[in-house]
Amino acid sequence: MKQHRSIRKHNTQALADLFRKFMPASAVLTEKEDLRPFECDGLSAYHSLPLLAVLPETVEQIQQVLAICHENDVPVVARGAGTGLSGGALPNSQGVLLSLAKLNRILELDPVQRIARVEPGVRNLAISEAAAPFKLFYAPDPSSQIACSIGGNVAENSGGVHCLKYGLTVHNVQQIKVLTGKGDMLTLGGSGLDSPGLDLLALMTGSEGMLGIIVEITVRLLPLPEKTEVILAAFEDIAKAGEAVGNIIAAGIIPAGLEMMDNPAIRAAEAFAHAGYPQEAAAILLCELDGDEIDVQQQRQRVEAVLSQSGAGEIRVARDSEEKQLFWKGRKAAFPAVGRLSPDYYCMDGTIPRKRLAEVLTRIGELSDEFGLAVANVFHAGDGNLHPLILYDANIEGELARAEAFGGKVLELCVEAGGTITGEHGVGMEKLDQMCVQFTPLELEYFHAIKHAFDAKELLNPGKVIPTLHRCAEFGAMHVHHGQLPHPELERF
Amino acid sequence: MDISLRLQGQVRQAIDKRQTFRIEGNNSKAFLGRPVTGEVLSLREHHGIVSYEPTELVITCHAGTTLKELEQTLAEKRQMLPFEPPHFGEQATLGGTIACGLAGPRRPFSGAARDFVLGCRVLTGKGDIIHFGGEVIKNVAGYDVSRLMTGAFGTLGVLLDVSLKVLPLPEHEATLQKACSAEQALDIMTRLAGQPTPLSGACHDAENLYLRFSGSRQSVEAACKRFEGDEMEHGQRLWQQIREHQHAFFRQQKPLWRLSLAASSAPLTLAGETFLDWGGAQRWLYSDEPASRIRDAVSALGGHATLFRNPGEQSEIFHPLGSLEKQLHLNLKQVFDPFGLLNYGRMYEGL
Ligand SMILES: Cc1cc2nc3c(=O)[nH]c(=O)nc-3n(C[C@H](O)[C@H](O)[C@H](O)COP(=O)(O)OP(=O)(O)OC[C@H]3O[C@@H](n4cnc5c(N)ncnc54)[C@H](O)[C@@H]3O)c2cc1C
Repeated sequence: MKQHRSIRKHNTQALADLFRKFMPASAVLTEKEDLRPFECDGLSAYHSLPLLAVLPETVEQIQQVLAICHENDVPVVARGAGTGLSGGALPNSQGVLLSLAKLNRILELDPVQRIARVEPGVRNLAISEAAAPFKLFYAPDPSSQIACSIGGNVAENSGGVHCLKYGLTVHNVQQIKVLTGKGDMLTLGGSGLDSPGLDLLALMTGSEGMLGIIVEITVRLLPLPEKTEVILAAFEDIAKAGEAVGNIIAAGIIPAGLEMMDNPAIRAAEAFAHAGYPQEAAAILLCELDGDEIDVQQQRQRVEAVLSQSGAGEIRVARDSEEKQLFWKGRKAAFPAVGRLSPDYYCMDGTIPRKRLAEVLTRIGELSDEFGLAVANVFHAGDGNLHPLILYDANIEGELARAEAFGGKVLELCVEAGGTITGEHGVGMEKLDQMCVQFTPLELEYFHAIKHAFDAKELLNPGKVIPTLHRCAEFGAMHVHHGQLPHPELERF
Repeated sequence: MDISLRLQGQVRQAIDKRQTFRIEGNNSKAFLGRPVTGEVLSLREHHGIVSYEPTELVITCHAGTTLKELEQTLAEKRQMLPFEPPHFGEQATLGGTIACGLAGPRRPFSGAARDFVLGCRVLTGKGDIIHFGGEVIKNVAGYDVSRLMTGAFGTLGVLLDVSLKVLPLPEHEATLQKACSAEQALDIMTRLAGQPTPLSGACHDAENLYLRFSGSRQSVEAACKRFEGDEMEHGQRLWQQIREHQHAFFRQQKPLWRLSLAASSAPLTLAGETFLDWGGAQRWLYSDEPASRIRDAVSALGGHATLFRNPGEQSEIFHPLGSLEKQLHLNLKQVFDPFGLLNYGRMYEGL
């Protein structure tokens, strides 16, 4: 296994000249100040300037960019809207940053087939907005949906508050067009519900820009439900809230969304969005039910009963659509709201089996004390997908490092609890070390080989997602040094 | 019983000899795919439910577990496999089901086999046992190898254990029957699928349209009232017969093609008899038309055709791939089974 690749030094200007032969000068950026906006994604702790950035407007231009980079061994990092939270779109200092933002047209919306064919730079929410007149919607709805791109969603296999019932991006994409590192076009999926051969569409979904550049996406649209209800339940004990989540599912109900916020998150969101949340509660659950009138009414009664049996104090059902929106507004604004509490926050993304919610949340609270950093929890409880937000101040020496160490512990805790280090934000640059905890060296080798099968020169988003075995060995050694060994088999290295 | 180490030993020993294997559960789907030669690698004894957590909606089984046992276990907790897999035999195993990636009438309304696969443990052609995905519903760590394995017909590895997401059984189901033409049926099915209805099955057998609704009793009853058609007494039996190809339609002696295309596509002008399932997105066709004509007709509509059962001579089974796609398939075969030991050629030449 190659540990380090030596990347040839490039003459940035010569490369830019090659690109300007088929793109306007304004679409090829080389000046530092022009490159700044691209230096990081939503995880700003990691930043780096690329050699240059290109903003193509057509698929042909992207193909030419890729062909030139391939010939000259230049790394390429794709970027959608840059809202990613794992450093996936972090530029490569020796490479080209490929922005897909200008490919932002909805090419086709067919209400009969219930599909939308769109360019990768189209914003997630724009699809549902375009579909709304036909009483259709695109289900996966990340909280970043007003900004994030559908190309980024496919690259991350993003989820949202509604994926408990409607699935992740991978469940809602019918076809994609992808360019290989050389710039050759591949169509994966088809007009039907499956396609011949291996499921490369599934493999490409969530591949974080490592296997190909997604240039067109056909998503499935669903009929808007006839009726929705949003229930807010307050708990005096966070463990009880965790149990209530399992009890709802055990009652045979699959809510459209089932979200939890702890007290710090409730207070922050309330101060920011004035959603009317009970500020004294240790935790609240937001439960959305949808379907036809009768179903929703019945489910609502059952959910209310389960909630009170599970020890909920106050149970409120949103009276009208305004109040529904208000309940959700607090939840959707929770990240920026928590951001106001502290100069910086670090958002984690582990998933655990639902039954371990209470236990893991308690342990996170203990870790918070140990590391001396506050934490707010706001997350997709129905999926067991945690988002602890660790509050820190990057200007205080050592706090970022402490936040990262704390975050790393949280992810390892998730693995120990039978879960995973990332439910929807991806590995990117951020979770390379934790990949060593989740996978054996052998499994990582298979991942490297898959990358190689698609991108033999390893030019697409190099160095992300799959750690080198060398890195894992160092990470393992570091852990031994601290007297703990999460994965004994790493000793071999 | 977990016999994975024994299986691993068999594969490791075979590498030097270049001994090829035909992976077998209980042989219920041997009819599907290109012929494979080699020693039988049987998963039959690799059998049993490893863990089942009804409140987590997750079950993990050894691949040799029969679908029957699995479905019974789920039904005891009022849960089900949402993709309603066809068994095609009493003893069908979970491993074969996931390897073939087949799904039944509920597919367009709830999802495909791959949509419910959360993780798997695999024995590769290099003799390695590796584990991908897990038992949680959301997991994006690393490439999605579990979904890649689904529908790979064992050509990339032997499925040892599979974790699946399951769902609650619907409280109530009812089926409506209405005589109409294929055109009318397609029209109705497409229209219904675009509305918020508790639809969970939609097919047409050349004479009748059948619609299945699933949900709470009241909501199913309300849906039945809203649409024309007579409620069938033994609706569930009908869907099972369709799923298992035991319906009268499936008794012909010609080649049986499976066409997968946009549900709203107009009826094709191919000679033969057609059964529309999946609201029109999966069409069964008994036809003597040349393969190339059938494939061209569906390709033109962005779909693909599989020669599902062929009593006559062998020919290509799966729709041909473009050259770049084929190359990527071969590259992936190199990753997981570089010596070509596992179900070699079952899908395509070289794969
Ligand atoms: C406030 C906030 C809330 C969020 N909430 C959620 C949430 O609820 N659920 C969730 O899943 N995520 C959430 N996210 C994370 C993020 O929004 C998603 O990961 C989103 O899908 C990223 O889209 P993007 O267009 O910004 O991609 P970017 O950040 O630009 O890129 C993400 C990755 O995809 C690659 N990429 C981008 N476009 C392409 C392409 N066309 N082809 C190939 N590779 C490409 C990049 O190289 C990078 O690796 C949230 C983020 C923020 C800031």
